[in-house]
Amino acid sequence: MSKKQVSLFNDYTKGVWDQNPVFKQVLGMCPALAVTVSAMNGIAMALATTFVLVFSSFIISLIRKLIPSQVRIASYIVVIATFVTIVDLVMRAQFPELSKELGPYIPLIVVNCLILGRQEAFSSKNNPFRSVLDALGMGTGFLIALASLGAIRELFGSRSILGVQLLPDAFEPWLIMILPAGAFLTLGLMMGGLNAMILRRKRREEADILSKHIPKTYVAASEGQEV
Amino acid sequence: MKTIIAMLVTLTIIGVVSGGGLAMISGWAAPLIAANKKAATERAIFLVQPEAKQYEAVAEVPYELYRVLDEGGQPTGYSFPWEGNGFQGNIRMMIGLTPDLATITAIEVLEQVETPGLGTMILEDPFRGQFNGLKTEPQVDWVKGAPPTKENEVQTITGATISSKAIVDIVNDGLARLRTDLAQGGDK
Repeated sequence: MSKKQVSLFNDYTKGVWDQNPVFKQVLGMCPALAVTVSAMNGIAMALATTFVLVFSSFIISLIRKLIPSQVRIASYIVVIATFVTIVDLVMRAQFPELSKELGPYIPLIVVNCLILGRQEAFSSKNNPFRSVLDALGMGTGFLIALASLGAIRELFGSRSILGVQLLPDAFEPWLIMILPAGAFLTLGLMMGGLNAMILRRKRREEADILSKHIPKTYVAASEGQEV
Repeated sequence: MKTIIAMLVTLTIIGVVSGGGLAMISGWAAPLIAANKKAATERAIFLVQPEAKQYEAVAEVPYELYRVLDEGGQPTGYSFPWEGNGFQGNIRMMIGLTPDLATITAIEVLEQVETPGLGTMILEDPFRGQFNGLKTEPQVDWVKGAPPTKENEVQTITGATISSKAIVDIVNDGLARLRTDLAQGGDK
């Protein structure tokens, strides 16, 4: 891969993991906590948000040089709100059941700081192609986070994932998982777990480097052992 | 001055374009949304009146009320959407009634935001089924912690007393309105 390809690839992948909107940037918490009572709700919410994010990023990147900087936030909001309204109308027309579940949360995508944040941080400074890649990456990261959050809460709160029962009837559902408190607990534990994993890997890498570059006797001495 | 004009022009153009686009999409979506809403209401009307074959809206009252008919077009009762406060928010329900309003055929909760697992037990049959064939004269009453002894009583759910009482209150409130309005309109 050439250097340019690497950077384009990175535009996409950074949102999936390194800068995951939920686990790393802690953006878009309102939908992440509120609608993830089931995996399906999480997935639908993430797809709706991704749609809005991708199209807003594309349009704003296209017109980024025409918008006076004093009114840029207002312009972003109008563009974002337009796509959110489109999502809302299409959902109510084609998926009435889903729209009933997510109802009040769809209009709130307008103020999802993940979307506004990407416009300010990326689309307003980069070309449309890179902006769309960035938006798709962030959307994927958001989807992974909301789907896993929703799946865990649905599993323990309703014994099933995507409506398929996985735990036996003898398992008493943990009510708290489908209440708001369950969302905070699950998110906190997931973030903690992920950070612990990353920290451990980093420590191991550091230890590897140390052992390669520093003579063995020196390391042992520094650890207080007899040489 | 130049910046102000640029600001005005930019925002105006963005507003006009997005407004125009939305108007087009709304033109396509509005009939579909109306159809969905009608289908949902229709489903609820027949859910609380399983015997009915057709329905018509009653125009005499200033709120939604549907008269259900059998195959021959004879009125067999009412399906009556009514709403009120639950434990955490609005509860909207459909109440099925006999033509004399003296008996409930069934109830169905259409919208609610009660506590999952506790308040939402109002949706389940141990509670909801109590309303099938329940007498409404002089009003619906509730009892707590013991099986009902009279024909117009239901037993509240343990742990969800407020939600259970809310349902009874909404039924009584709606019935009171209906009795006065229908008596005045001479609909009986």
